[in-house]
Amino acid sequence: MSLLPPTDLETITKRLNRPPNPVEEGCFLNLWSEHCSYRSSAKHLRTFPTESDRVIIGPGDDAAIVRLKGDLVLAIGMESHNHPSYVDPYNGAATGVGGIVRDILSMGTRPIALMDLLYFGMPDQPKNLYLFEHVVEGIAGYGNCIGVPVVRGETFFHDAYSGNPLVNVVCVGLAHEENIVTATAQRAGDALILMGSTTGRDGLGGASFASRDLSEDSEAEDRSSVQIGDPFTEKLVIEAVLEAIESGYVLACRDLGAAGLVGASAEMGAKGNLGLHIDLDRVPLRESEMTPYEILIAESQERMVLEVDPSDAESVLAIAEKYDLNCSVIGEFTDDGQYLVEFEGGVVVDLPINFLSGGAPARKSEHEIQEVGVAEEKIPEIRDDLATSVLKLMASPNIAPKEWVYRQYDHEVQIRTVVKPGDDSGVLRIEGASGIFGIALSCGCNPAHITLDPYNGAAGSVLENAMNLACKGARPIAIVNCLNFGDPEDSTIYRQFAESVRGIGDMAQTLSVPVVGGNVSFYNESDEFGTAIPPTPSIGMVGIVEERGTQTQTSSHAHTHTHQIPGTRFADAGDTIILVGATADELGGSEYHSIYGCSGGRVPAPPADPQRLIGTVIGAIDTGCVTSAHDISNGGIAVALSEMAREGNIGATIDLTGIGDWDLPHHATLFSESHGRVILATPAPDAVLGRLRDIPHRTIGTVGGDELIIGIGGDRVVALPLRRIRDAGEEITRMMR
Amino acid sequence: MTFAVIRFGGSNCDLDVYHVLNDVLGAPTDLVWYKDPVGEYDGIVIPGGFSYGDYLRAGAIAARTPIMNSVKQFASVGKPVLGICNGFQILVESGLLSGALSTNEYPKFCCKWVDLRIEKTDTTFTSKFKKGEVVRMPIAHKEGNFFADSDTLKSMNLHQRVAFRYVDSEGDATASANPNGSVENIAGVVNKTGNVLGMMPHPERASESVLGGDDGFRIFESMVEYADRL
Repeated sequence: MSLLPPTDLETITKRLNRPPNPVEEGCFLNLWSEHCSYRSSAKHLRTFPTESDRVIIGPGDDAAIVRLKGDLVLAIGMESHNHPSYVDPYNGAATGVGGIVRDILSMGTRPIALMDLLYFGMPDQPKNLYLFEHVVEGIAGYGNCIGVPVVRGETFFHDAYSGNPLVNVVCVGLAHEENIVTATAQRAGDALILMGSTTGRDGLGGASFASRDLSEDSEAEDRSSVQIGDPFTEKLVIEAVLEAIESGYVLACRDLGAAGLVGASAEMGAKGNLGLHIDLDRVPLRESEMTPYEILIAESQERMVLEVDPSDAESVLAIAEKYDLNCSVIGEFTDDGQYLVEFEGGVVVDLPINFLSGGAPARKSEHEIQEVGVAEEKIPEIRDDLATSVLKLMASPNIAPKEWVYRQYDHEVQIRTVVKPGDDSGVLRIEGASGIFGIALSCGCNPAHITLDPYNGAAGSVLENAMNLACKGARPIAIVNCLNFGDPEDSTIYRQFAESVRGIGDMAQTLSVPVVGGNVSFYNESDEFGTAIPPTPSIGMVGIVEERGTQTQTSSHAHTHTHQIPGTRFADAGDTIILVGATADELGGSEYHSIYGCSGGRVPAPPADPQRLIGTVIGAIDTGCVTSAHDISNGGIAVALSEMAREGNIGATIDLTGIGDWDLPHHATLFSESHGRVILATPAPDAVLGRLRDIPHRTIGTVGGDELIIGIGGDRVVALPLRRIRDAGEEITRMMR
Repeated sequence: MTFAVIRFGGSNCDLDVYHVLNDVLGAPTDLVWYKDPVGEYDGIVIPGGFSYGDYLRAGAIAARTPIMNSVKQFASVGKPVLGICNGFQILVESGLLSGALSTNEYPKFCCKWVDLRIEKTDTTFTSKFKKGEVVRMPIAHKEGNFFADSDTLKSMNLHQRVAFRYVDSEGDATASANPNGSVENIAGVVNKTGNVLGMMPHPERASESVLGGDDGFRIFESMVEYADRL
């Protein structure tokens, strides 16, 4: 019996004038999987704005290429590794890092930074805690070993991720433009070289595995679908491939990911409109008696395919030898358009290459997208006073500091990390790009908002990342995303998907930032818990920090630059605190609602002119007078202020009278999550306020003391010693000890 | 005057040390692949990373590669050898330094900035510091828990072979200032003649103030000044 859907089998048989043989069937099963071919989603993804004058290569290759300055370019990619991380958390997460790093490498760029986004079930459940601990360890074990710093992350906990946690990874690479290679094969007659690890039976059928629901028995049954990572080999592959590319030998390059050798090689040929003739007997194997099907689709890690002129093949083999890597010429590009595979003297696959790769018919999962109104707000009686609510929020796993996580990641290696994890954005200095200090990186989305209002929630998530960058004085230049959803055949989930895509696209358009890549992960559901995940279109964003004129040399040696980038922490007593942006009664999907079990309500909608808001905040920071800047997100103003006080180990006295409409209740003033708001602190308020004239803002207080005191309309509504704020945030660390 | 940074398979701080020595300090530096011969150099740095993926034991395999014979030869004539993080582990495994480095007391990788007290200034690498001075550098390791048996420890203290200890901001070597459980808060040690230093903290990550501090730069300055006089 065929594993292929009957309609696919029919399409294939008709096109070939014969039924596919079992090996060919396996190739189709993997290459035509949703994971590889975006059959349900392509129509929506096409609506994203994908171009700007910086974009050199947009979506469709292993990663996007965006110009930084002159001939310096960045590669940016994002991928999910959800299902494997549930079945085998350490290896699933580790190979997720390995895969996206090779995507960046295959463009000819050196990987310079990672961001990890983790969406998990509540950590008070032992199994969730176990999964979380081992996923973090897997990311650390792999990323630290290959020497790519994790500079930013995101963690979000919700019960509905219990049977299906999400592990998404962003990677950024850096190169000179002349070294960029793509996955498009260039010339018939060129050699196809396979470099890296040997091929074993690990990760058999991972692509088709990723495209279905997780069942209760997944752990035992699916273990052979999870790849095992070897970061040491990956590090050698990085050095060897970059050396081969920098020597000018490589004409096209791909990493072996989903659907293994057939996936990578068929796509390379198809993109170049070339055929490919592969001899499987030349693939270095790890196990004996592997079948041609296994060799073609195994997802053994740390492997790359390179297109090389036959006269350069010896030189590339010598580079691999230097790094003790397996390497073999396994095939030749042809001009006959066929994907032809031989094994032990016989032909095992003979297919039109453009049909195998790219021939999957689109799925027609067309649902009416219906308007859904604002869900009625349901709020149980809350007896806590406002100060207690602040402390409960600060203790919530979604808000508490994630130091326990990022301590485990080497975030300093490659010596570019200026703003370290735990901040709104990570900032890396980039040398050699004149006029540019570096890049800023942010990631995340708000699944609670998106569940209630996919359009505004997703648009708001894009804006939130842009505000995180703005707090470092950075302008966004590119967006990547992972669209994690349940089963798209379900009309509610399909609507969430379509509306999220529309929200991301519209906000990207408004901010003039292209969406340059990402992936789609459907079927994130759990039989065990009978749940689908909340809609989770996670976002990664890269921005540029311009060089400012205010540089001073404070150090004894000449190469040191200092560049005033505000931190999230309050810095100095006496600094004036300014709130930027408008506060509305938007508690729908808020963390406040979550901790008190409320439902419904109005989800924050992005403000009318976010472009101007961002420009103005960057302008204020460009004065060089802003000492602290923090985006307001989960938990609202009260949480943002508490975080700034805790990190700076200094208090503040705040008056929020007149924030928002006159009838805004105190708890909404404190905890509403309205978008487009930032708290700034400065010793030179006149200089900063002068820049804020065009947008809503208000001076709300002063830094100092060892308490956070918040008053509204003459009432002192919160008065908390720093110690209590700090203690409240220790939750995750305590759980892990 | 030329310096060498040795690259093993899995070294990952090689380019960082190269940058600090060659570009920031202006001391001509070569990256030397471990299979290549070691030429005439004035100082050798074994950088951090995961040589051989830390398989078997951190530093154990690299310590047994032929190039380490050249390094031992080099050290025996009094020339400077600096091992940072995985480089420290390799120096210990190769017998150039005393003690051992095992898994951190809290057995997870730990990346953070720490305070260090300078215990010794009459070495090749610490002449630019003041004795008792507290400096800041980042650590990033999972196997940095320094151990030596009590006799070795006694002898190391007697002969002043401890270069740095983990301390609090007041300069006290307290338990809470110890990030990995190292015996007596030891963060770095030298050999008998003071020309071989192994340290878990990363001075190359603390050599430019834009990265959060430049105390580590003086390690490289001291080494270059020493090599210059040699």
